[in-house]
Amino acid sequence: MSAMRTQLIYLDHAATTPMDAHVHREMGQFCCLFFGNPATLYSLGRRSHEAVETARSRVAELLGCSPDEVYFTCGGTESDNWAVQGVAFSHMKKGKHILTSAIEHHAVLDTCKFLETIGFEVTYVPVDRHAMIDPDDVRKALRKDTILISIMHANNEVGTIEPVAEIGAVAREAGVLFHTDAVQTVGKIATKVDELGVDMLSLSAHKFYGPKGVGAMYIRKGTRIQRFMHGGGQEHNKRAGTHNVSGIAGLGAAADLALKYRDEDAERLRKLAKKLNDGLVETIPNVRSNGHPTKRLPGLVHVCVEGIEGEAMLLCLDAENICVSSGSACTTGALDPSHVLLAMGMPAEVAHGSVRFSLGRHNTEEQIDRVLEVFPPIVEKLRAMSPVYKK
Amino acid sequence: MYSERVMEHFRNPRNVGTFEDPDGVGEVGNPQCGDVMKIGIKVQDDRIADIRFQTLGCAAAIATSSMITDMARGMTLDEASRISRNDVADALNGLPANKMHCSNLAADALRAAIEDFKARQAKKA
Repeated sequence: MSAMRTQLIYLDHAATTPMDAHVHREMGQFCCLFFGNPATLYSLGRRSHEAVETARSRVAELLGCSPDEVYFTCGGTESDNWAVQGVAFSHMKKGKHILTSAIEHHAVLDTCKFLETIGFEVTYVPVDRHAMIDPDDVRKALRKDTILISIMHANNEVGTIEPVAEIGAVAREAGVLFHTDAVQTVGKIATKVDELGVDMLSLSAHKFYGPKGVGAMYIRKGTRIQRFMHGGGQEHNKRAGTHNVSGIAGLGAAADLALKYRDEDAERLRKLAKKLNDGLVETIPNVRSNGHPTKRLPGLVHVCVEGIEGEAMLLCLDAENICVSSGSACTTGALDPSHVLLAMGMPAEVAHGSVRFSLGRHNTEEQIDRVLEVFPPIVEKLRAMSPVYKK
Repeated sequence: MYSERVMEHFRNPRNVGTFEDPDGVGEVGNPQCGDVMKIGIKVQDDRIADIRFQTLGCAAAIATSSMITDMARGMTLDEASRISRNDVADALNGLPANKMHCSNLAADALRAAIEDFKARQAKKA
């Protein structure tokens, strides 16, 4: 009951974000008013078509590409599936080796696992203790039959920003297609496709104040990629399905807002994240901070708290109306904790005590202060119950 | 996901702690799995006179430990060692399927404490 009286402190923006009010307004008109199918010829349909193309230009501006290189999908997961499978199937006569990393999102990893069951070979490049990939490791893992490199721009769990531009250079030198899952970076840091040196890029609207259920794929002109969604001729015959007009309009509006507010957001979030991170490490004994110390997403703080478990911390914070996430086995729903933390060389018993705070546009310093006020007593209470924690 | 009773036992766990001089201690699980339960008992006239627990684990782990210590208090050692994981889950008004292993662990920890008590008695004899 007390949770309902306390104001919500939402610190799980890496999981999803609230829709911006402007985005919501933009979307609304396409539900009951301008509801036409963009593929139809009458003016009601053309209105929807216009909205889709406006959104496309906005996304193109965010990525620094041409609008006809932007393809709308139902989200980051579809874009990742399309990139990996699409290149696998279009290039399988040339080779069957795919290079990715051990810390990718499951949308990439599980697609790779699926391809392995049908005759493809995948190398999962390891990471260091900060979840950082070495471009040299990517170069060394290249084979004559490598057809795709897929490396995420920034890791969703610990926030480390990967050296995508350097990896892009490695890919270009080897003549291999390069895809990046930029779901955690688009709208948060600069994501110009030429600077990143990518041939394909995945993004998802609900990670930057847009709606859930819509995303996009950037595909560099001239890239050969097998169609994923078969059916009607939408998206230059590359991705069938009646456009989710309101969702796409929302994505466009979110992209537009990102261009306006991204850099000032990032600066503010870095300061708040530093306050939170330093506060946690200073007030709670036996806590470690994870991810690269400097090359990291603004606003993402990840810690491991010794001697107690992530879900228990998460629910205690929930009782204070504070939303965070954890990489413990209980929260992943599997027997193992997060594959990202394990890939970083973290022992399982440390990974079980992980908590991720991901800040966003509307978080305030007062909210951070409140977290620093309530979290240490929660840790103390759980540690007093723990048979493994010794002061 | 969790019943109100599970949340209640998680928020206000009963019988937390250790004994300076326990009659039996059982510890199960391991930190690699993220679940460790330690139950200590004081025995009088073949009954559990007092019981305490410490647990590293999720809400289900803490709630099942709390519940089983509540159930076992006052039982004979025989009754207590027959508490099953379903008894604990039922007493908590159900657990999600993937959390049933926590109630298993709680029952195992209690049985281990009882076995430890018996082993100590056998040594004394």
